[in-house]
This record gives sequence, structure tokens and C-alpha cells, in this order.
Amino acid sequence: MGAHDEVGRTVISTSIDRLALGVHDGAAFVGRFFKEVARPPYHLREIIHQCYEVGYRTLPLITLTGLITGIVFTKQSRPSLAAFGATSWLPSLITIALIRSLAPLITALICAGKVGSSIGAELGSMKVTEQVEAMEVSAINPFKYLVVTRTLATTLMVPALTLYCGVVGLFGSFLNVRGNEAASLASFLKSGFSTIGFLDLGSSVVKAAVYGFSVGIIACYHGLRATSGTQGVGRAATASVVMSMFVIFVEEVLIVQVNVWLRGYGL
Amino acid sequence: MSVLPEPTAAPEREPVISIRGLQKSFGALSVLRDVDLEVRTEENLVVLGRSGSGKSVLIKIMVGLLQADAGEVVILGQSLVGLQRRPLDALRRRIGFSFQSSALYDSMSVGENLAFPLRMNMTDLRASEVNDRVRESLDEVGLVDSIGKMPSELSGGQRKRVGIARTLILRPEIMLYDEPTAGLDPVTSAEINELIRKVQTDYNTAAIIITHDLSCARATGDRVAMLLEGRVYRSGTFDEVFDTRDPLVTGFYDYNFIRESTP
Ligand SMILES: Nc1ncnc2c1ncn2[C@@H]1O[C@H](COP(=O)(O)OP(=O)(O)OP(=O)(O)O)[C@@H](O)[C@H]1O
Ligand SMILES: [Mg+2]
Repeated sequence: MGAHDEVGRTVISTSIDRLALGVHDGAAFVGRFFKEVARPPYHLREIIHQCYEVGYRTLPLITLTGLITGIVFTKQSRPSLAAFGATSWLPSLITIALIRSLAPLITALICAGKVGSSIGAELGSMKVTEQVEAMEVSAINPFKYLVVTRTLATTLMVPALTLYCGVVGLFGSFLNVRGNEAASLASFLKSGFSTIGFLDLGSSVVKAAVYGFSVGIIACYHGLRATSGTQGVGRAATASVVMSMFVIFVEEVLIVQVNVWLRGYGL
Repeated sequence: MSVLPEPTAAPEREPVISIRGLQKSFGALSVLRDVDLEVRTEENLVVLGRSGSGKSVLIKIMVGLLQADAGEVVILGQSLVGLQRRPLDALRRRIGFSFQSSALYDSMSVGENLAFPLRMNMTDLRASEVNDRVRESLDEVGLVDSIGKMPSELSGGQRKRVGIARTLILRPEIMLYDEPTAGLDPVTSAEINELIRKVQTDYNTAAIIITHDLSCARATGDRVAMLLEGRVYRSGTFDEVFDTRDPLVTGFYDYNFIRESTP
């Protein structure tokens, strides 16, 4: 039994060690981002190119998902509101739900899936085929050129895409409302935005930026740590997606808490 | 251990690379135990060694991709120990590193592969100047026609040459070749050997050529050093090194000779 205990303890302590090591490495990686982001060169061309890549990869899926979410969510909410004779609240309900949480979450998860995996795989394959080392020996800082540019791109693009997703979602909702309640676009928007404040919009954008940062930095981290051939590349891509989705949900919970506190202070 | 005297005919030149007592291990695996090497101006030194003997590790230490555990590495008068990023980068610009795997950027065309390090390091260069230098470098390796191709469209030998052209574009003073002929047929290998000699005369570079291909060693090396169990076991001219009955040396020679004569 003593030996059994000993083994159990070793297993637990090595996994705790590994977790601590992972957290430490991850924190150092994030720290390095903030150290390097402020220093020239800025690689503007590469940042713009990466922004384009993020948008190009995700726009069709975000359009489709946003539109369908708007339509379906409206359709599903109507019966409950109708029971109270309150279908006129539909636009404001949908607007709050979309802007406060659905649009940032949908956008971030789509980006985690599509952009996170592609950055993880791209940097992973550059790592295992020595392209990262090739940059280093040509006196090019791969952290600046690869990590900083991609992370900035996702940090900028996820908020922009979130706003786009919100607009598309509202349009979907409007299509459904017009079909059922024959509302005009102007009255739909007016009643929708009457309940939404600057804090809602602002916190959504900030939230989306945090998600975008997480997707970018996590994918770069896993990509640059890839080892041992094609298998390692696949693992890096998968790990990027799983890890960033997990982190996004944790952040969602934390940010909602912070929002509740802020509202409590009457902001 | 038998280190032969330097050939007396060669004039004394100053060393551009000097390595003393270099040690490197990975965990319990001791790869380099005590390596001493010297390369002089415009000299090609071939480092021979079996697979896994730490040849790649050796030249990766020379460009700061790996850190030595102990020992002294002085390149172009600069010690690599504790060198900060900025001076290390300045030194790296003077060294060309040709990777075992070529390591071409596979998202860029051949031309962009060459232009990239140039644009990143010489930001004041005009587009037309970049273009001229890309063409000049590709011309050196005989691949100007491939300027618009993607790396995936190239053969192994062509990739090697583009890799070499990419290092030449910064006009290095030292070239480091990691297995330049590995995986190539004898004819292509001979072309690469010729190219290595051509670079030496056209750019007046000193070079270290890592290989386990003896015909490459003979064709490209002014001097040969044989790595065995983490040390330089024997060094001298090619003929001096292999003029011996030492089974550890002749075994290497026979093995390669047999391999070459069987297609
Ligand atoms: N980054 C690393 N981490 C751990 N071990 C390493 C690392 N790099 C190299 N090694 C080990 O060091 C030893 C020497 O590797 P190296 O790549 O230098 O061999 P080599 O002489 O270049 O062989 P080859 O002719 O096959 O290229 C190998 O056993 C390898 O597993
Ligand atoms: Mg090697």
C-alpha cells in the first residue's frame, strides 16, 4: 500500500509540476509579447496581411452563423413573450442577447476554430521544417515577425467581426420580425437600441478584443512549441483550438462578473 | 587521438572561427564533449561524422541557435558566450547558414524567399535594388528562371541551391553548410560541390561544410576534421586524414566507398 501511495503521489506531483511549468511558460510568452509589441520594427505589411487572412477565413461562416442565430433565436423567443402579450419586446431582447454575449462568443469561437487551427498548423510546420530557425539566422526576430503580427491581427479583427456578426444577427432577427409582426426596419432598430447602452457596446468590443488576443497568442504558443514532424503539427493545431475555446469560456465568465460589478456601481 | 600537423605548404592565415573545449549535452546525452576547431580566412573546413555525432548541433551553436554548456566560440573576433541579441544579430548577418532541410519559406516564391531577409535587414534598399540582388544571387546558383516558382515545385537539389542563394544575398563572410549533398544523386551532388567552391572564390568566404559524404569532403574541403564521440578525432587534408590503418577511420571510408559504387 505504501508503494501504491508513493506512485500515486509521484503521478500527482509530476502533473502539478507540468501544469505549473505550462502556466509559467505561457505567462512568459505573453510577457514577451507585451515587451516586443512596443518596439520597432512593426511589420505593418504583415499585420495588414494577417488581418485580411483572419477576415477572409471567417467571414462566410460568421455571416451564416450570425444570420441563422438571429432568425432562430427570434423564432424561439416569440412564444414565451407572446404568452405575456409582450412580442413588442422581441427587438430589445434580441439586441441585448446578441450584442452582450452571442455575437462576441460566436465570433470568438469561430475564430478559435478556423484561425486558431490555421495559425497553430502554420507556425507548427514552420517550426518543424526549420523555417523559424532560418529567420533567426537571417537576423529576423521570429517572435516579432510571426507572433506579434498574428496576435495583433486577431486582437483587432475579432472585435470588428463581432460588430459585423451583431449587425448580421440583427438583420436575421429583423427578417423574422417583419415576417410575423410586420415591423419596419426603423422601428425595429429604434426599439432594439433603446435598451442598449454604451457600456454594452463598449464591453462587447473589449471582450472581443480579449478573446481575439487569446486566440492569437495561444495558437502562436502551441505552433512554436511543435516538435517531431507532421504529427507535432497536427497536435499543435488541435491544442490551439481546444485551449483557446477553454480560455474563451473562462474569460466569458470572468468578464460577465466584472460587468455585473460595474453595473452595481451605477455605471 | 592522432592530430596530424598542419600542411606546411599552406600560408598562415588568421582564424575567422576558433572553437576551444566546446561541450554540449541534452539531458543525459553528451553530444559534444571537447571540440577544438579552427577555420582560417577563405578556407573550407569539412567536418565529417556519423549520423547523430552532433554535427548539426556544432554549427547551430556557432550561430547562437543553441547554447554551449562550456567552452569558447569566437567568430570573426567576437565571442559568442553571453552575446546579447543585437550584436548576435549583427554577427548573424555576416554568416550564411545553409540548412540540412533547406528550410525555404514555403508560403513564399523563390524570389520572395531571397528578398525577405534583404528587405528585413536593409530597410533602406529600393525595390529595384532588391530585385537586382535577388537576380544576382539566383544567377550565382544558376536558377534565375525559377524566380517565380514556389518551393514545392522544386527538386531537392534546386531547393538546396535556392537555400544557398538565400544566404548569399546578405553577402556573408562565413558560410556554414549542413549536409549540402545529403539525399541528392551523385551528379547533383557534384554540382553542389562545384557551387560550394564557386561561392568560396566569388565571395571569398571561409566555410564549414558538415557532411558524411566523402566525395563532397574531397571536392569541397581544404581541410577535414573527423568528429568521433564528441571530439575531433583526426584532422588534416583529406589524404592525410585517410592515410591510415585506424579501423575507426577506414571503416568510415569503406562504408562510403561501397555506398557510392552501388547505385
Ligand atoms: N534540440 C535538441 N534537443 C535534444 N536533443 C537534441 C537536440 N538537437 C539534437 N539533439 C540530439 O543530439 C544528437 C546529435 O544531433 P545532430 O542533429 O547534431 O546530429 P548530426 O550529426 O547532425 O546527424 P545527421 O547526420 O543525422 O544530421 C542526436 O542524438 C540528437 O537526438
Ligand atoms: Mg545533422
